[in-house]
Amino acid sequence: MISRDKMLWMLRKMLEIRRFEEKVDELFKANLMWGTCHLYIGEEATAVGACAAIEEKDYITSTHRGHGHCIAKGGDLNKMMAELLGKETGYCRGRGGSMHIADVESGNLGANGVVGGGIPIATGAALSSKMKKDGRVTLCFFGDGASNQGVFHESLNLASIWKLPVVYICENNQYGMSVPVQKASAVVDIAEKSRAYNIPGEIVDGNDVLSVYAVVKKAVERARKGEGPSLIECKTYRWMGHSKSDANVYRSKEEIKSWKEKCPIRRFEEYLINNRVASEQEIEKIKREVEEYIQKAEEFALKSPEPSIDGISDGVYA
Amino acid sequence: MAQITYIQALRDGIREEMQRDENVFIMGEDVGLYGGAFKVTQGLLDEFGEERVRDTPISEAAIAGLAVGAALTGMRPIAEIMFFDFTTLTMDQIINQAAKIRYMFGGKAKVPMVLRAPMGCGTGAAAQHSQSLVALFAHIPGLKVVMPSTPYDVKGLIKSAIRDDNPVIFAEHKLLYWTKGEVPEGDYIVPLGEADIKRKGKDVTVIAGSIMVPRALEAAGILEKEGIDVEVVDPRTLVPLDEDTIMESVIKTGRVLIVEDDCRNNGWGAEVAARIAGGEAFDYLDAPIMRLAGLDIPIPYNPKLEKKAVPQVEDIVDGIKQVLL
Repeated sequence: MISRDKMLWMLRKMLEIRRFEEKVDELFKANLMWGTCHLYIGEEATAVGACAAIEEKDYITSTHRGHGHCIAKGGDLNKMMAELLGKETGYCRGRGGSMHIADVESGNLGANGVVGGGIPIATGAALSSKMKKDGRVTLCFFGDGASNQGVFHESLNLASIWKLPVVYICENNQYGMSVPVQKASAVVDIAEKSRAYNIPGEIVDGNDVLSVYAVVKKAVERARKGEGPSLIECKTYRWMGHSKSDANVYRSKEEIKSWKEKCPIRRFEEYLINNRVASEQEIEKIKREVEEYIQKAEEFALKSPEPSIDGISDGVYA
Repeated sequence: MAQITYIQALRDGIREEMQRDENVFIMGEDVGLYGGAFKVTQGLLDEFGEERVRDTPISEAAIAGLAVGAALTGMRPIAEIMFFDFTTLTMDQIINQAAKIRYMFGGKAKVPMVLRAPMGCGTGAAAQHSQSLVALFAHIPGLKVVMPSTPYDVKGLIKSAIRDDNPVIFAEHKLLYWTKGEVPEGDYIVPLGEADIKRKGKDVTVIAGSIMVPRALEAAGILEKEGIDVEVVDPRTLVPLDEDTIMESVIKTGRVLIVEDDCRNNGWGAEVAARIAGGEAFDYLDAPIMRLAGLDIPIPYNPKLEKKAVPQVEDIVDGIKQVLL
């Protein structure tokens, strides 16, 4: 059984992701944010359910749509918002931006601007853990698009033959930019690709935080016991366009609407209320707290200083 | 001092670092029982076991990527790529990931890994097993690039590379593997970023790297009989580049020939030439800076054609004479 505290933590993290992304969207539209970004709205249950299944010492690698993973891994919203605004106080001192947020100390080995780029890195982190016997597990997040990349196949094969403690979590949000998964992948279910590498492959409803948690937890336990990697496919959907430049012409309003009806947050709230885990008032209170946190993060980021130009070459080499 | 081969010196360096630091391990195709395609890792499996001498599948991108992830989380991996040409399969992981992680993460992470591979032509392996490609990596901020020419250097440099907290590209030349030289026993390092004057001379500076060092030295020996005194400077590392040693030598001799084991177009020699021309040595030049590099062609199979593709001793002799005209 999952404790009440844990379930409320899950709700809080999902709300933090949702509100963070909405705020980012707002700041973009107000021309306060630079570059591009890839919003995670609609996929919250996947990051949160998965990260709820690991311990603080464990590692994650993330994708170009990485804000959700970062928050679920315990990321500080002040530092995240500051990074997105390119500020010195950001996670990467304004050098990384949306696609490169990382905090190696807390086990976040980084978002990644290259589709599939994090997959061998996660596998390497798992190799470290195996060699050092430090008991850590790595969660490797990637999208359905990345499962067609060469490094996906090389890494799963290697992790399987070496029995590395890594859990590959495919967030199948149905589209690789504009191309639907059916047109890009030879198999409909990405989880099937596990068979080629002789590892467990499971499909889970990526909009159901408790299901994601349960399935990932099992895979994490298996990994921690030294039995090797698993591949978990979370079926989910991104509500927004691929990035801020996406006019969203490749999918119908009906399709988007039907997925919005499967909102992972509303669904979990209903679960909590119906099962008397939390009252509406309690949920409202969490929402207000999250709202405050978001406002504070925005203020912190807006007030933070820009990096100094003098330090432009800092950190190229150790 | 013992005369040992480049391979033996390289292996000794790796072995000593593996003994010194348990986080150092090596992985690559056939590095275990087989001992590596060029036998660099021979015997290491017996000493360190399968955990630290890891045979991988044929998966260059994953070998490099796993090294990045392992380095990021506290290990010191050495990734062996069987031929330098195959580093092209690792490009995302080396160029977009390893080289950039530290900067991209605000200077708060490090990637202490070594990617090593045998490069160069002269074995009849033709276009896909004979390239040098070091200039490709020297162009990328965040990487260090090393190309040792002697057994002494290769041992000292591999130790520095393994101890370095950055991703280091370590380019070994296949034709140097069986060359011999004096190597002291036990621990010493050759720092990255220190060029070496392989032969002192006063008439002309030859800047040569890797296999071109012994060829330049042979050319210098021939010219000595004609009364020409050649100084041979081996940069040893392209990144960081020891500009000071190069400048001092050019200021002393006033004449420069740069010799590269790679095609000419946008090669590292152009960078060195530009730095000399744009630096304090410019006023001391008594002749235009000359470059001798390979032809801008893929390496051909036929032995006569292959020989013609990159500078040989006689080409260097001719090149030096031209600089002295």
